Amino acid sequence: MTEEEHWDLEIKPEGNLLDLKLRDVWHYRDLLFLMVRRDFVSFYKQTVLGPLWFFIQPLFTTLIYTFIFGNLAAIPTDGLPQPLFYLAGITAWNYFADCLTKTSSVFTTNAGLFGKVYFPRLIVPLSIVVSNLIRFAVQMLLFFMMMSIYWFKGATFHPNGYLFLFPFLLLVMAMLGLGLGMIISALTTKYRDLSFLITFGIQLMMYLTTVIYPLSVVKEKYPAYVWLVSYNPMTSVIEAFRYGFLGQGTFTLLSLGITTLFTTLILLAGIIIFNRVERTFIDTV
Amino acid sequence: MGTVIKAENLSKAYQLGEIGTGTISRDLERWWAKVRGKEDPFMRIGETNDRSIRGTSDIVWSLKDINFDVQQGDAVGIIGRNGAGKSTLLKILSRVTAPTTGSIKIKGRVASLLEVGTGFHPELSGRENIYLNGSILGMRKAEIKKHFDAIVDFSGVERYIDTPVKRYSSGMYVRLAFAVAAHLESEILVVDEVLAVGDAEFQKKCLGKMNDVSKGEGRTVLFVSHNMTAIRNLCRNSLLLNNGIIALNDVTEVIVDQYHKSYTPNLKILNTNTQRTGSGEVIFLGLDIVDQYGIKHPYVTTGDDLYFRFLIDVKSHSKDIDIGFSVHDDQDTMHSVLYSSFQGRTYDLSPGVHTILFKFEGNYLSNRIYHIRGLIKVRSQISDHPQDPLAELVVEPGNFYPNQHHGHQTSKLTFLIKGNWI
Repeated sequence: MTEEEHWDLEIKPEGNLLDLKLRDVWHYRDLLFLMVRRDFVSFYKQTVLGPLWFFIQPLFTTLIYTFIFGNLAAIPTDGLPQPLFYLAGITAWNYFADCLTKTSSVFTTNAGLFGKVYFPRLIVPLSIVVSNLIRFAVQMLLFFMMMSIYWFKGATFHPNGYLFLFPFLLLVMAMLGLGLGMIISALTTKYRDLSFLITFGIQLMMYLTTVIYPLSVVKEKYPAYVWLVSYNPMTSVIEAFRYGFLGQGTFTLLSLGITTLFTTLILLAGIIIFNRVERTFIDTV
Repeated sequence: MGTVIKAENLSKAYQLGEIGTGTISRDLERWWAKVRGKEDPFMRIGETNDRSIRGTSDIVWSLKDINFDVQQGDAVGIIGRNGAGKSTLLKILSRVTAPTTGSIKIKGRVASLLEVGTGFHPELSGRENIYLNGSILGMRKAEIKKHFDAIVDFSGVERYIDTPVKRYSSGMYVRLAFAVAAHLESEILVVDEVLAVGDAEFQKKCLGKMNDVSKGEGRTVLFVSHNMTAIRNLCRNSLLLNNGIIALNDVTEVIVDQYHKSYTPNLKILNTNTQRTGSGEVIFLGLDIVDQYGIKHPYVTTGDDLYFRFLIDVKSHSKDIDIGFSVHDDQDTMHSVLYSSFQGRTYDLSPGVHTILFKFEGNYLSNRIYHIRGLIKVRSQISDHPQDPLAELVVEPGNFYPNQHHGHQTSKLTFLIKGNWI
């Protein structure tokens, strides 16, 4: 036997930190789509209203926000029709928030599966992001319906060329939700407290994002605190989203660039931490 | 024919007790030790995994410095008692968890079957679950498509293939799940005790398939089981694990022998507070009902040979000791009594603890739950008569009748009859 023997696989205590195992993920790509399909089918089968639920939640949230923040608190909406303004924010935010919450509990909810068979664990968070895309598409449909209603009513908003940023914005949201979610999921295997913090934390974060108010208002009224909102990577995404579809929003290509850089770093850190924890989490979960 | 699996100094440590409060401080302490290049303070070497001895640290070594090689096309049995480290070894091999130190090098793809039907979704149909389960086990969609008909054929659930698996009987579920795994195109197959489920016929089919896989197709199989017959049939070589170390690595016959020898009886000890009547010269300590290998099972089956192992304590040198027991059903109705003296056997024993072995040939008790009560007489005087039963005997349908006929299906019978139809 020669020294230079070739081994296909070496199981070691600690893997290479920068080995993202993306080739492995690629090999299991069929599993990704089967899991998305499974999520979708099982979601349908247990409900009466089925995909209608995708509509109900954003619709009611928009109604409530219009009443409370729009009418009672009278927070300005950059001159846009209030329901349209809120729905844009909610639709984008929901996608991010869903990706984040679902990804953050990947290890605990899949412990049974992960304890019995190996496959690149990254597949599961990825399948969550893709599954949520279906839900997001349905909610975008609601948004387009609302847009056309207001268009015919003669409301003033101006979709423009920045609309083509949309796929990119979607990618940033998915990456950020995925990255943050994976970091949290890795930590929750040991510190279960974080799973309680997450639902509460996401709500708090929403108020620091421009979902219920535009960035321009913060700039005008609380210039001292504007960093708190504008440093939030989701702010520039939502502002750009609104600007593209509705023609109102405060963002620069620089702020979007910073968000993208930050998101990429978060995602990279997320994958590294996730891959590290994946190796032994079954012993501590 | 080369080495396809090579384990070198493989160890795995587990933390005992609760993991919760104090984890952050402990993690920081470990991290600090690592930064300074010191040994992990929570992983001192030198403790073995013996459950019965209380260790000094919270860390237990489930595997300790394991070394072994597996050649291509071999079927290797992994044998050991509960807690010997078998499952840990399989978990590391199937990459569910990482080792603490050491490594395993592997050539080829590994498919592991630690459980049948991992990832089956009850709402999905059999067809969809074949695809889902197959891809969880590492198959590409095209591969599954290629084997689809063979899988369905092997499982024998063709009629139900488009029905959600939640409507399947548990037997059908297992058949389908094993069928998927059996058609994996991996070079190495790691199988845990999945054959414990399913009926005898299907178990035979699974074993046959595994035999084909290793002997016919030249693939490597690692097989964990408590079923020594299955291991003997399938595996030429075996590993015997004991408290996390390899006690022996040899041909299966030697290993199985050693395994039975090393078995220390795990006797059911009679509660010492039990009410007893009698002189107390000789008393029962307990009764274990075991199989021909001395292994205790949660239940026995009809037609088996059973061994009753009475543990008795002789207080002073006694002659003419007569051991008796009676069989009661769960309503405490007595069905039979036997004293050793009925068969002309009494014992003459010196002081100390003794084991009296009784072989019950071809168990003809029907499938239900029985209680065994005991009575010891010394020179025809009652010496010990515990109020509590010595043991519970759970009988399940077995091989009393040939061809796996289970007999009349009722739990009201107490014994089975068989004879010759002339």
